[in-house]
Amino acid sequence: MLAYVGRRVLLAVFTVWAISVLSFAIIQLPPGDYVTSYIAQMASSGSVVTEEEAQNLRIQYGLGQPIYVQYLKWMKLVVRGDFGQSMEWKRPVIEVIGDRLWLTVVISVAALILTWVLALPIGIYSAVRQYSPGDYLATFVGFIGLAVPNFLLALVLLYLGFVLFNAHIGGLFTPELQDAPWSAARAWDLAKHLPIPALILGLAGTAQQVRIMRANLLDELRKPYVVTARSKGLSELRVILKYPVRMALNPFASTIGYTLPYIVSGSIIVSLVLGLPTVGPLLLKALIAQDMFLAGTIVLLLGVMTVIGTLLSDILLVWIDPRIRIEET
Amino acid sequence: MATEPLLSVRNLKTYFAQDEGTVRAVDGVSFDMAQGVTLGIVGESGCGKSITARSILRIVDRPGKILEGEIHFRRPPKNGGMPQTVDLARLDPNGSEMRAIRGAEIALIFQEPMSSFSPVHTIGNQIIEAILLHQPVTRREARAQTIEILRRVGVSSPEERVDQLSNQLSGGLRQRAMIAMALSCKPTLLIADEPTTALDVTTQTQILELMRQLQREDGMAIMLITHDLGVIAEMATDVAVMYLGRVVEQAPVDAIFHDPKHPYTRALLTSIPRIRSRTRERLTPIAGAVPHPYDRPAGCPFHPRCANFMPGKCDREAPALRPVADHHAVSCFLYE
Amino acid sequence: MDARIFVASQWQLMWWRFRKHKVALVSAVVVIGFYTIVLGADFLAYADPDASEAQRSLMPPQRVHFFDGGRFAPYVHGVKGVRDPQTFKRVYRPDPSRKVPIRFFAEGAPYHFLGVFPATRHLIGVDGGGDAAQAIFLLGTDVQGRDLWSRLMYGTRISLTIGLFGVTLSLILGVFLGGLSGFYGGVTDTLIQRTIEILRSIPTIPLWMGLAAAMPREWTILQVYFAITIIISLLGWTELARVVRGRFLAMREEDFVVSARLVGCTRTRTIFVHMVPSFMSHIIAATTLALPAMIVSETALSFLGLGLRPPAISWGVLLQQAQNVQTVAISPWLMLPAVPVIVVVMAFNFLGDGLRDAADPYGH
Repeated sequence: MLAYVGRRVLLAVFTVWAISVLSFAIIQLPPGDYVTSYIAQMASSGSVVTEEEAQNLRIQYGLGQPIYVQYLKWMKLVVRGDFGQSMEWKRPVIEVIGDRLWLTVVISVAALILTWVLALPIGIYSAVRQYSPGDYLATFVGFIGLAVPNFLLALVLLYLGFVLFNAHIGGLFTPELQDAPWSAARAWDLAKHLPIPALILGLAGTAQQVRIMRANLLDELRKPYVVTARSKGLSELRVILKYPVRMALNPFASTIGYTLPYIVSGSIIVSLVLGLPTVGPLLLKALIAQDMFLAGTIVLLLGVMTVIGTLLSDILLVWIDPRIRIEET
Repeated sequence: MATEPLLSVRNLKTYFAQDEGTVRAVDGVSFDMAQGVTLGIVGESGCGKSITARSILRIVDRPGKILEGEIHFRRPPKNGGMPQTVDLARLDPNGSEMRAIRGAEIALIFQEPMSSFSPVHTIGNQIIEAILLHQPVTRREARAQTIEILRRVGVSSPEERVDQLSNQLSGGLRQRAMIAMALSCKPTLLIADEPTTALDVTTQTQILELMRQLQREDGMAIMLITHDLGVIAEMATDVAVMYLGRVVEQAPVDAIFHDPKHPYTRALLTSIPRIRSRTRERLTPIAGAVPHPYDRPAGCPFHPRCANFMPGKCDREAPALRPVADHHAVSCFLYE
Repeated sequence: MDARIFVASQWQLMWWRFRKHKVALVSAVVVIGFYTIVLGADFLAYADPDASEAQRSLMPPQRVHFFDGGRFAPYVHGVKGVRDPQTFKRVYRPDPSRKVPIRFFAEGAPYHFLGVFPATRHLIGVDGGGDAAQAIFLLGTDVQGRDLWSRLMYGTRISLTIGLFGVTLSLILGVFLGGLSGFYGGVTDTLIQRTIEILRSIPTIPLWMGLAAAMPREWTILQVYFAITIIISLLGWTELARVVRGRFLAMREEDFVVSARLVGCTRTRTIFVHMVPSFMSHIIAATTLALPAMIVSETALSFLGLGLRPPAISWGVLLQQAQNVQTVAISPWLMLPAVPVIVVVMAFNFLGDGLRDAADPYGH
């Protein structure tokens, strides 16, 4: 088991490195270098950057030197927690991001948990009661989940909520608590607003997992050991849950690992549509305004959070049942 | 010895309703089993022997259903009471009475011990589960019982084996473990569905010997389902020959081998290669092939392949199973 | 039936199996229908998709009346210019007193069919040429007064072709890398596999957004179009590579491959003449399943404003107008471009499933 965990950690490290390179690429892509734009920005607001300050900035960010040197300098700063300055907001990037990153994590995790919690029982039910009305309903809802892109689903639900219930289902907080400091009331408010965004985000993943679980379980249900279990006199429920579900869980569990990046990805656009105070809308504004340090940092942090989340879920699954790891190798 | 049979099946019909048609897997099967005997059920693949076993235990997979028939089973007396006979066909398959019988009073062992055990649970776990399900004992007592029964069936080092997975045991050991699991609650009837088909010949002999020994010790009845006439000759006291869902002949084992009456039984026996036959002697297969389940012949199911086919009779109605001699019944118009 | 199977080629077998899936067949028809729109967008549209007129802003879809006094003569109500009592601006409102007959195969703005043949006939149209008061708006107009139906036709063309190009690029990348991985194994395989795993662990949309935002504003629509194609294909190749690699691995040990090598075929010949045809069907299925993701990616990027931009028209660009729930609440027809997106995604998914089952009915 240690070997497995070790491999996953190593892979995670490489992935984080790859993300950092890609984020850096994003920062570098727009034409012109950072300091020139910074000077221009400062100038437009009336402040002046002295030649000396400009030089210092250049040295600090390693501009004018080969690209990998710049990358290393940036990494050194990042590791120290200095993510640079947001040009648009004129504040350190990390301040601008603030709560939003955590909220992104909260929604993503909520969607992920919802996926697990929903997909498993629905998948089992669909397989055991194949062709029943419940099965067809689950399949139908599943198709909606797979066919409708999440941001369109959000749009339609917003519209329906507005028109049918005169309710605004977007947003994670009621307006009064939006910028308030954290408290139990705010946490509860968040929890009340979570289900709909979590559902929208997780629906496609749930539909996918239901299909997988259903297919796996249908395969397992036909196998001899299920008949053996039944022939011992076990009740039908116990027969199903103890034996074929356990086996069907193996491939199911290994696909969960890749759901998190998908959900985090989806949350960007869905947040935009629903107006959620997460990282998504901020990223879009940053990209349009070419506020590159903000954008690049968001991409970096999002990627790192995702990798950590995936790693944790992998380790958790292996810890729960080492046999899952045996199946995978 | 009780005069009432242990198991009495009357006109059992189990059909499978598929899109393309109805498969009449068991089409009017009747036979009796007394206490302590070994009934061999013999027939080609697809003749319905396994479905008969599953019907008795009420674990037929959907879309199969028992349409008609009775399965009278004599339950052993509880707490010094009287033995009761119950019709298994009328019970709710998932109800508590049927589940109390299944696994404890009637047990089933399968052909493929490898895939018949769950690959992710230990042998011990699966046997203990059976014990705990039917007996009011603690887990520790169940574990001790498990080790005992494993020892009894000839599994070496049972204290270690009990914690192993099924893929850590050889084929023969697995089959022994499966027998242990079936016997753990001391059933009065053991149904063995092709128990030795997947084993090599030496192991086969050992397993059969084990079954005979256990039967002597416990007095249980065995329903032995197989297509191997050699196994039947060795183990059975009575034999029922099945073809396409019906019993075509039923008799004590000697009568079946030395005085077969039904044309199918005769053809089966002639088709067995003999050790004393001359070199290069041709084998005599049974003419024709088993019909497609959706394409059953009218009348007697065997008539297209029968050497004694009587046109006008055999293709109109199906013959009933009638006694022709002492304990010997045949379903053929030749004897009516 | 058995005798027929004996001599049927692999493709015939696949077709027979595919035929049994009614849903997949219907989906195939739907997909063909959509690509017909791609070819005939000019014919199917009846108005200039870029002709904006502020006074026609946000008109709801007109109701088509099919019977005029008992005869089959479809018409719509005309529009007339009135002064809005609240804003005092001149706007167009439906005028029930006037009937504008719809003509089939009417004369309209000239175009080049398939880019080559000049033509002026459109599927439907109205008399009255460019008179704004005598116009038809089947699906209403957008904020700038442009006819939504015509824009949808042209948008379909762009959205579907971008998807096609994107998936082709992914296919090339996927087959190349997946093939290398599967055929050579060893270090190459491990390297490529790890790369794929890394790419799969990264949330893709932020990356796309970043790459898309990096495109200079000055680029022409065409340059943007191709850049978007490259971007969406860069992250879509992983799935195809996996399928190809899986097939190669499975086939390497197959007898027919070993015997080809024993007979003396070169590696290249073994791959292209012997191995590739046997997994073509799987590739086709996987490609069909990868298309919807491409289309949705472009739609998403354009929806955000990072992909194609006006005056280019795609489903995503059209949906940009529907970002705001207040706007949509008043003019829900602006959400209509979502419908073809959903239909196409479903159709490709069913089609791909059907193809995959037909290629390998025992599951993969």
